[in-house]
Amino acid sequence: MKHLVILGAGTAGTMMANHLSHHLKRPEWRISIIDERTEHHYQPGYLFLPFDIYEPEDIVKSIQEFIPKTVDLIQASIDRIVPAENKVMMTDGSVVVYDVMIVATGAKIAPEETEGMMGSEWHQSVFDFYTFEGALNLRNKLRDWKGGKLVVHITEMPIKCPVAPLEFAFLADSFFKNKHMRDKVEITYVTPLSGAFTKPKATATLEHLLEEKHINIESDFAIEQVDNENKKIIDYGGREIPFDILVTVPTNKGDAVMERSGMGDDLNYVPTNKATLQSKAYQNVFVLGDASNIPASKAGSVAHFEAEILTENILRFVKGEPLKEEFDGHANCFIETGGGKALLIDFNYTHEPVEGTFPFPGLGPLRLLKESRMNHMGKLAFRWVYWHMLLKGTHIPFVSATMSESGKHYEKTETV
Amino acid sequence: MEKVIAGKTIHVNEEGFMTDFKEWDNTIGEALAAENEISLSPRHWEVLGYLQTEFKNEVPLSIRKIGKSGVVDIKEFYQLFPKAPLKTATKIAGIPKPASCI
Repeated sequence: MKHLVILGAGTAGTMMANHLSHHLKRPEWRISIIDERTEHHYQPGYLFLPFDIYEPEDIVKSIQEFIPKTVDLIQASIDRIVPAENKVMMTDGSVVVYDVMIVATGAKIAPEETEGMMGSEWHQSVFDFYTFEGALNLRNKLRDWKGGKLVVHITEMPIKCPVAPLEFAFLADSFFKNKHMRDKVEITYVTPLSGAFTKPKATATLEHLLEEKHINIESDFAIEQVDNENKKIIDYGGREIPFDILVTVPTNKGDAVMERSGMGDDLNYVPTNKATLQSKAYQNVFVLGDASNIPASKAGSVAHFEAEILTENILRFVKGEPLKEEFDGHANCFIETGGGKALLIDFNYTHEPVEGTFPFPGLGPLRLLKESRMNHMGKLAFRWVYWHMLLKGTHIPFVSATMSESGKHYEKTETV
Repeated sequence: MEKVIAGKTIHVNEEGFMTDFKEWDNTIGEALAAENEISLSPRHWEVLGYLQTEFKNEVPLSIRKIGKSGVVDIKEFYQLFPKAPLKTATKIAGIPKPASCI
């Protein structure tokens, strides 16, 4: 019996387990998924936790609930992988041997990469919202905060969900307005990029929104250290930004297992073919989701589109057929803009987000790169879609894995 | 679009980054540096040479990579090319602005 092993039971790994369980069946195939955790977190929900929009129970379920019965769930930790021998060495000394491996170990924050970030103010006045604990501690802080300087900060790219810090700034504006204390809060958005976002058209729209909401922007800021004593962040050029609350997105890195196994780049991301999702170093290893180094957004929607294409490629690989070079970097992200509205962006490796309608050309009902209440409803509905459709690998109607150009207002053939 | 600098015509994009590295030479580099209020020292040239080599080898550039390159640390990189060093240095080096990963 052949063995397919999936590392990581987060969004990407769980989707692959569900997809492949329909195709690779006993007695020819056995599928295992390895994850030491017991809880599956709806990570987009971390954004809403600090503002009391979601409760913890909205975003946490058990991993087991989403793994098909025919797939073996191994809840144990990995010491390292020996890809040359097709082996996964577990910390308890056991060895898992595979024929095909899928790496879906994700990315996580590494605040220890920045001097002083985990100093005395960590989770006192310096918070992350990319972990459950960080988001929850921040919620408790914001509940009775009297106001001051709120600094929303990105350490370095790439990060998971690159729009999340912007959404945080927009939601903070809304949150303090609703509490009738917006005039007591100064919000500053600090980014290592030259503007609000990585793509020109979306940057223009988002910068306009920041201005409208009186959120200051400090760009080209490469942080050197957090000064806990004087409560400021300082960049390599000596620029200083004071804060009363710092909400930072620390450096993101792939799993340390990749470093121990010699499979990652300098940020522990696994070098991966961006069109086929096959590892560049090992033919029987495939990578999807945040764990790979492909130049696509680290986002659940990307993992979802990848999963549809990777399923086909795995089936081709086991039959000895050539892989399809089909993944185009498709990402689809709602951006909460506060006040019950949201933007929607849809883009890929070569096409930046533009205005238009989605998913039906000319009809919508969702509007691309424009604020609307319908988009906000879409974002909230997405939590249901995530738990009930996305993880189970159900195809989302009318949304294809590769990006559609119709209904979008491109000026010409653009590349980004 | 076209731009005349140091008596030569070069092609640049809207942000002033050269679109054809083959058009670059040392005098253009010096003129581009002057536009950014930098006068190039031997240290500057070392860093520019490193960036151009990485570009030719198709290695994506980032502040982190440069800091670990052994050529220059981030602190000095900022001293050489103040404010937004990666952007300024790549512009002077005649190579594209690094596409900061999404």
